[in-house]
Amino acid sequence: MNGVHDMGGMHGFGPVVYDPHEPVFHAPWEGPVRGMVQLIAAWGQVNIDSGRHSLERLPPVDYLRWTYFEKWFAALTNRLLDAGQITPEELASGHKAEGTEVATPPVTGEMGAKLLASVHSYERTIAAQPRFAAGDQIRARNINPEGHTRLPRYARGRLGIVTRYHGAHVYPDSNAHFAGEAPQPLYTVRFTARELWGDAANAADTVSLDLWEDYLEPA
Amino acid sequence: MSSDPHDHHDHHHDHDHGQEVPSATALRVKALESLLVEKGLVDAAALDAIVDAYETKIGPRNGARVVARAWSDPAYKARLLADATAAIAEIDFPGSERPHMIAVENTPDVHNLVVCTLCSCYPWTLLGLPPVWYKSSAYRSRAVIDPRGVLKDFGTTLDEGVAVHVWDSTAEIRYLVVPERPPGTEGMDEDALTELVTRDSMVGVVKVPAPKGVAP
Repeated sequence: MNGVHDMGGMHGFGPVVYDPHEPVFHAPWEGPVRGMVQLIAAWGQVNIDSGRHSLERLPPVDYLRWTYFEKWFAALTNRLLDAGQITPEELASGHKAEGTEVATPPVTGEMGAKLLASVHSYERTIAAQPRFAAGDQIRARNINPEGHTRLPRYARGRLGIVTRYHGAHVYPDSNAHFAGEAPQPLYTVRFTARELWGDAANAADTVSLDLWEDYLEPA
Repeated sequence: MSSDPHDHHDHHHDHDHGQEVPSATALRVKALESLLVEKGLVDAAALDAIVDAYETKIGPRNGARVVARAWSDPAYKARLLADATAAIAEIDFPGSERPHMIAVENTPDVHNLVVCTLCSCYPWTLLGLPPVWYKSSAYRSRAVIDPRGVLKDFGTTLDEGVAVHVWDSTAEIRYLVVPERPPGTEGMDEDALTELVTRDSMVGVVKVPAPKGVAP
């Protein structure tokens, strides 16, 4: 979706504020938000792409003004409500609805820390051969899906060179909407800064993105 | 909108020391946490274990070890640049996830910079959780269109002749920058070099400073 999350190339956000010694969490509630997101994900009702899409669908004004973990907290709450894991009444009261059963969490105790150690690979085996190879010139398609996509606006319609093939990976545009993993070839594609931003860019500079085959056409 | 953690503009005060009254956001998070525990959706001990792991166990030292070995062992560096996922797996980090990794090397001619313009993708198994600046609108918007300006925000100035290669992490591939080894480190072993490598140098926003007493 053409949302405010797709920030590459925008102006007006000012300089980067750099604190070389910032803490891992900036408030005591940030760690629990991060942890709750992971423990709720263990129920298997969300995936990495649907989780990202829930952040993208926050109201644009809120997306821009909230801190990172405020966004995560809002998106987590929305996901819990959407999945029916909590009800609005429970959220308002802070307590389990009377007469409902207590669930058994899939992850308990020290398994929580081990959850962080679980290996998530999004590579899959598919029968189809990749359409492109390193060295091929491609053009990123001009697509504007209303749903989730990982092709940023700034690269759409631009000419690039495939530099690496990564095998087939889960396709976010499908997986985010629970329409199946639909794995397809994934490539690193290199664009010159001048192709993306015009002649004022340094002639030697490049930007590389990891792009799925459906984002690309021969050029 | 079914959740608004921002009823009050309180987040600027959340980290004030000695604050007696919890912020509205803190109260709402605590309320959700209690609800999820009461419903059996989240185990309180597992939640504590995750927060503790992020604060004390997962950090940039893992990435620094990889860089230090690459600096010390040319054969390892060659393997790292050819297949970072496999080369990183050679070093046993307790409890580390091993996502698909690509290592890119800074040289006198090429400077690499990593960003995620769409969200906050970051090689956290090697570097810990991303810092606020990495997730900021300013960094995400400008790193691709004005990488040299962004680098100046970090105090890093490059010659016009140095090529800047930006890596926008749009898939489940994570990027690790192998920074340039600073002068004055020729006699240092892998452990000493590990101490020298900074997190931010492995994202590509700064260079690794020379050890104290060595002219840059």
